[in-house]
Amino acid sequence: MRGITRRRALQAGGSLLAAPAIVHHANAQSGFDWKRFRGERIEVSVQLSPRGTLLQQNNREFEELTGIRCGIEVVPEQQHRQKIIVEYASGRPSFDATEISLHVNKRQVGKARWNTDVKALIADASLTAPDFDFADFGAGMVQYATQSDGRMDSLPAFADYFILYYNKELLAARNVAVPTTWEEMFEAAKRLADPSKQVYGHVGRGVKNANVVLWSSYLLGTNQRDMIDANRQLITDTPEAIWAGETYKRFLRDVSPPGSIGFNWNECQTTFMQGRAAMWVDGIGFAAPLEDRTRSRVAGKVGYALVPRGPGASHHCALFGAGYAIPEASRKKGPAWLWIQWALSKQNQLKFLASGAGVPARSSPFANEAAIGASHFPREFFHTLSESAKIARAGLPEIVPVTQFRDVIGTALTNTISGADVAAELKRATAEFRPVLEQSERES
Amino acid sequence: MTREAALLEQPVAAATAPRRRNYARHYAWFVVPAAAVIVAVIIFPWLFTVYVSAFDWRLGGERRFLGLGNYEALFTDARFGWAVLRTLFYTVLAVAAPMVFGIAAALAFHRKFPLRGLARTVFILPMMATPVAVALVWTMMFHPQLGVLNWLLMQLGLPPSMWVYAADTVIPTLVLVEVWHWTPLVMLLILGGLASLPVDPYEAAKIDGASAWQAFRHITLPLLAPFIVVALIIRTIDALKAFDTIYVITQGGPGQASETINIFLYLQAFAFYNVGYASAVVVVFFAIIMALAALLLWTRSRVRFT
Repeated sequence: MRGITRRRALQAGGSLLAAPAIVHHANAQSGFDWKRFRGERIEVSVQLSPRGTLLQQNNREFEELTGIRCGIEVVPEQQHRQKIIVEYASGRPSFDATEISLHVNKRQVGKARWNTDVKALIADASLTAPDFDFADFGAGMVQYATQSDGRMDSLPAFADYFILYYNKELLAARNVAVPTTWEEMFEAAKRLADPSKQVYGHVGRGVKNANVVLWSSYLLGTNQRDMIDANRQLITDTPEAIWAGETYKRFLRDVSPPGSIGFNWNECQTTFMQGRAAMWVDGIGFAAPLEDRTRSRVAGKVGYALVPRGPGASHHCALFGAGYAIPEASRKKGPAWLWIQWALSKQNQLKFLASGAGVPARSSPFANEAAIGASHFPREFFHTLSESAKIARAGLPEIVPVTQFRDVIGTALTNTISGADVAAELKRATAEFRPVLEQSERES
Repeated sequence: MTREAALLEQPVAAATAPRRRNYARHYAWFVVPAAAVIVAVIIFPWLFTVYVSAFDWRLGGERRFLGLGNYEALFTDARFGWAVLRTLFYTVLAVAAPMVFGIAAALAFHRKFPLRGLARTVFILPMMATPVAVALVWTMMFHPQLGVLNWLLMQLGLPPSMWVYAADTVIPTLVLVEVWHWTPLVMLLILGGLASLPVDPYEAAKIDGASAWQAFRHITLPLLAPFIVVALIIRTIDALKAFDTIYVITQGGPGQASETINIFLYLQAFAFYNVGYASAVVVVFFAIIMALAALLLWTRSRVRFT
């Protein structure tokens, strides 16, 4: 291999020194300037998550880049969703940019037209950095963030896929292969259980509301896949929905720890981290705490796989996601747009992917082999992630009263863990929620 | 008061009457700031809540006038009915248990024994803790597999419990947290009452040969009655409006097994954004609290320190 010549080193050094001037020149041509809003102040509200924390920690970087003072508040996910809706409804939200849970609030904010259409901002060369590269955002995520009327009132930020986590040590000890169907997974969970050591084959969400996304993971494996049909009618008491309910009941009642009825993701995470559960189906964002050697007993022993297949023809995993939006009522849309561009820049999205803080909406981070190779996550994790992206499908219906839907269906599912009949519970819940949905659709 | 004494007081009253009138006339304006605050933070929000309760209004949606429609829906809503029953059940347990333990603790701490001051301080420590922090710690302790409580039960050879992770044990378990947290408050109130009791009746009872139980039953308890009623009122209002502990530990679950009126109200307002319906719940809940408070105050007026 030839060493670096003096000529080549000088050329590289010269290019490096010239880079800022070239960028500045390019920006000058487009009229874009990161410092355009120097001296202004904006408020940003994001959810408490590894990515929210990273943004908060790196806030100074944005302030130095733009000269804009940025107050950033980080609020726990559930409270954040409530807070922004109440503030939007007041007509004078306190934030200039915020995070939107697309799987919960997308239709609600879209219907009320609370946010600015970011397409206009992207098209404005004086406001959008030349290297922003909108084409880098995955088509699926762009579609996920786009409203039915074509407006894109948030820029897609992150995706969250449901995957299968498994404890490699426990599976190897019982010579159990990684399951590829729900049926195989149930049989494997039975074999992996060792109640004398309080080790269980499976752990999953049992608490109402949170549990609907596990049930929808089973439903996505049927030919029905969705929870509302093309006419936007509720289809949660069909034979496929009942099959998904029966599967949910079997997993939670027969192969999960006692008390799972009250387990949310945090109890599931604790149980899996302590090596007390062999398999867990949940969001990909939990990889970071599971691989944290200071907190997790299973760090380095976690296997990652696609969610198993169901009886249907196609294979899907549940998709959830978040976007960043600018309220229509904000008087600082320009500075807020700069913040969103910085927060979702290629560099930041790569940083989040490599640290396990989130699955970026951009495609370029997945192509960065060097960063992925240097990450402390195994290749298997990134492979599962990119394969999940190919089979992802919305894990919740795109309706306004989605939280009420989760509450009503979730209560029915919770009741089945106590032994209630699945068909009867789903029929009752469907009948209870149907008028709520109909009214909401009439008003939409 | 004798007739003579009344006559003697008359000139004094006559002399002070004009001053009182001046006082009222000149200083009435000083009441205005406080009255304005009361109107702004209590009366206006309350009237506005009543107004909103007459609408079908979801945040982000249109408002539609319903009149009493929300109230009609509420009284036929089985989920709300269960929430009321659960609230009453929870309140009865969360008032009775701390009252019994609090009175017992007050009687124990009223006696003189070594390190009594230290023991009292330790006993009231739970009351100092923030409810949300307390709830988070208890949540960890209740974990069926990893919690310390089941570990302790197993050390004692007892079967593990599901605590808040089962519908039939969730409310008694939540009451357990409430008892741990608020028994010290009852103890303090009753201890204050015990310290103020006269000693003469006890000396007389002792001379008459009354047993300790008889002295407690016929002297201590009647004399303490006003203090017990005060503790009862405070505990009842606290238990009725309990929210933070329940929300943090169970969020009303499993299923709806611990969904009290407050949790139901919170879900309607901040999860379903159904503010019209939630406002109707507030109005009805307010009426329930007022009725109970009136009952307790009437009881208090009947119990006098003699």
